[in-house]
Amino acid sequence: MSSHAGPIDHHHDHTTSTGIPNKKLFMWAFLASDCMFFGTLISTHLIYRLHPPPGSPSPKSIFSIELTSFSTFILLMSSLLMALAVNALQKGKVRSTRQNLLGTVFFGMIFLSCQVYEFSHFVHEKGLTLSNSLFGSTFYVLTGTHGCHVAIGVLWLVLMYIRSFKPADADEGRAWLLKSFFHLILFAVTIVASVASVLGFVHALHEGEGFGGFLHLHALAFGGMIAGLVLLFLISRQKTPVDFGEANAIDVESMGLYWHFVDIVWIVIFTAVYLLEYL
Amino acid sequence: MDAAAQSHFTSKEAGHAVTKRSWIFTRPTAKTGLISWLTTVDHKRVGILYGISALLFFLVGGIEALLIRVQLAVPNNTFLAHQTYNEMFTMHATTMIFLAVMPLSAAFFNYIMPLQIGARDVAFPRLNGFAFWVFLAGAIILNVGWFVKSGAPDSGWFGYAPLTSKAFSNQFAGDVSTDLWIMGLQILGVSSVIGSMNFIITIINMRAPGMTMMRVPVFTWMTLVTAFLIILSFPAITIALVELMMDRSFGTNFFEVSAGGLPILWQHLFWVFGHPEVYILILPAMGIVSEILPTFSRKPLFGYPIVVFSGAAIGFLGFGVWSHHMFTTGMGTVATAAFSLATMAIAVPTGVKIFNWIGTMWNGHLQMRTPMMFALGFVWMFMMGGFSGIMHAAAPADAQQQDSYFVVAHFHYVLIGGSVFGLLAGIHYWFPLMFGRRIGEAWGKLSFWVIFTGFNVTFFPMHFLGLNGMPRRTAVYDGNMGWNDANLIATIGAFTLAIGIGIYFCVMVYTYFKGEKVARDPWDARTLEWSIPGPPPEYNFAVTPTVHARDAFWYEKTNPDEIAKEKSLHAKEDEAHGGVHMPSQSWFPFMAAVGFLTGSLFFANHHFVGAIAGGAVMFLGIYLWAHEGPGGYHVHPTADAEEPTGYGHSGKH
Repeated sequence: MSSHAGPIDHHHDHTTSTGIPNKKLFMWAFLASDCMFFGTLISTHLIYRLHPPPGSPSPKSIFSIELTSFSTFILLMSSLLMALAVNALQKGKVRSTRQNLLGTVFFGMIFLSCQVYEFSHFVHEKGLTLSNSLFGSTFYVLTGTHGCHVAIGVLWLVLMYIRSFKPADADEGRAWLLKSFFHLILFAVTIVASVASVLGFVHALHEGEGFGGFLHLHALAFGGMIAGLVLLFLISRQKTPVDFGEANAIDVESMGLYWHFVDIVWIVIFTAVYLLEYL
Repeated sequence: MDAAAQSHFTSKEAGHAVTKRSWIFTRPTAKTGLISWLTTVDHKRVGILYGISALLFFLVGGIEALLIRVQLAVPNNTFLAHQTYNEMFTMHATTMIFLAVMPLSAAFFNYIMPLQIGARDVAFPRLNGFAFWVFLAGAIILNVGWFVKSGAPDSGWFGYAPLTSKAFSNQFAGDVSTDLWIMGLQILGVSSVIGSMNFIITIINMRAPGMTMMRVPVFTWMTLVTAFLIILSFPAITIALVELMMDRSFGTNFFEVSAGGLPILWQHLFWVFGHPEVYILILPAMGIVSEILPTFSRKPLFGYPIVVFSGAAIGFLGFGVWSHHMFTTGMGTVATAAFSLATMAIAVPTGVKIFNWIGTMWNGHLQMRTPMMFALGFVWMFMMGGFSGIMHAAAPADAQQQDSYFVVAHFHYVLIGGSVFGLLAGIHYWFPLMFGRRIGEAWGKLSFWVIFTGFNVTFFPMHFLGLNGMPRRTAVYDGNMGWNDANLIATIGAFTLAIGIGIYFCVMVYTYFKGEKVARDPWDARTLEWSIPGPPPEYNFAVTPTVHARDAFWYEKTNPDEIAKEKSLHAKEDEAHGGVHMPSQSWFPFMAAVGFLTGSLFFANHHFVGAIAGGAVMFLGIYLWAHEGPGGYHVHPTADAEEPTGYGHSGKH
């Protein structure tokens, strides 16, 4: 009866009536509910698309479909990395799991940075705000809600990555909680600094100021990014045995279900909000 | 089936690291006192917390109803100002639906459902505690308006746009009553969805060996259907509320007519939630009645599969009829006809259930105990409400009845005569299980007859008021409209009903302290929850039951030798695995809910720094919750049990 003995069966949990692990079933139930959340938001967008008030902006003149297509591709590729992370942990390969988790975080952050860029571009260059048109209201709330889902997914991935460093030795485990918290804050600072640096660099290029001009304006963000990355790299060198392995595969798998779902929702949003305008 | 493999608890042990844990993860172990309640993960205690809060809010909602009836007792009354009256009917409906009937149903889901399927707890015990504390947070936010300057929410429980727009909140700058309403409902939605997901996983995954889906008691089936309705319908209102919140706080235009917003969209989103909500309120009561009628008719439930499928069909059809709340909005003839037909179709599975209940009683040896009285009252009164419901389903008739007291009469017949009667029956029925004492028959029946009379005297005249044209939600009416007598009668009825509820509550409290003590299984019932002593031990079942038949406990009672042999075998197996695994208590669900409450209160008052601080506390709570691990300890019920593992005859111990 003990699940500690012998190899772990990742597809069948004999302690439940159906054989499906509780955590996985829970995630499926949540995703069913989440379908309805997005269904409502997408319906709202489509209904107002059919009933645009006079003077509504033309979405085609606002969108930059090349950028959105690129970020869509990146998000879909992140799903591949997520699947690889699940697969690696089911085989007990912690190192490969970590790499794929970081890759998923990286791709997710590219998507989010593109969205931040897109939003600020739309507000400042195209004059589309939350309140100056109904299209702005539905567009920002729908894509923003999806962006929040991606951001929560990134947070979850980072937390899982940090979790993979929990020492197996119980004595070290007591200090680990505090350490994990600093690890998380370090991640947050690094990610914010990185996004600020990249967006600042893009802005500098746009203004024709080049790398020097960028450094001049965004030295803090750039320095924070470099320092954060170095520190994160050093932490990742930790060699002590960890309390993380095949038994945690179910947690990563549930997270993976969420991540894939958020990707699938983006395919629907990309089609219904963007591509539909180019028909 | 390998029964030993079905331990029904996460097999992961915290064992090896227990001695060296950080102080912050010291699990509370109090079994009595305040801390034991704040940190509880026991589904029975969570159920009692839900029940007590629901009954408290039931009284609050009742007082609001009485104030409404006092105002309407005579024409041109000045007892309540119009503004106060609006607050009363808004909060009466919101309170009764979200803070009384739903949590009282949730109390039974929590307490009874795991016992009926032979489980030792729900699938995620800490999450279950969290769902309750979040519910309480939402209830506080909804009611906090009574104590602050902005007043209670006053735009109706349906919150139709544009009544909820900023332009209508202009009594003074910073009127946040509508913001509180929005925030409160969103939080209650979070609580309901979390709780329901837990119930779904529990029913699907935690059934005792042999408890197939077609052996699951009907109440548990209705829990499952209701939980699915909740997780699929609450997102619609949550998003509608998010859009409204964006309108009010961040200047979007979803429902802003001047910028092209469509108020009708709110109605659609609201009723896409609102109609399934009706079934969320009634299906648990139907489940309770389906348990009580067979017990007191001394027969199995007539046509169990068809009762189950009817319940599921009602839930399914319930998603396709929302626009019957909007027949007068001019949807067009095709939509109106389609929704009219779909609405009438729901009468079919409902009627099937009624006939099955009658079939259950047919030729039975009816025992007219108090729970049975309430259950019979349910069947009759719910049918009355159903009849006027079919009248509304015909769109031309509905056009006449819309927004009149006829509608008020209709939904009070299904909500009080239906849901509340069912829930009151459930309290009487399961009280001996929960507290080991039985409510006296004489007082129980007295409360039933006073409630029954008061209810009909209050709401039957409203049919006539409605057909005579009295509109809903008006604080005053003129004396020459011909509505005076019926209104006075209704007010007298309302106070009779209040006296009945008062008797019911007094008797319940008295019984809790001084009532007649009863042994296990006082009703000679059929389902597994009666196989354990009342009040149940923390671990529920000393030995995980193995189910051989639909009426599982009845089979146990009629085949004592087979069951006794099986139980002693399983008890040995359990001991070989180290005893019964119990989940540890935890502070963090409570902590996360406190963060949620403070953050939301700040947000509703547009203090975004405070909102972020509350959110941070919540995040910290969830972070620690995730890191403390499931925990757990073992108990050895069979080793030190006072009673033998075999089951003797009911009532003798």
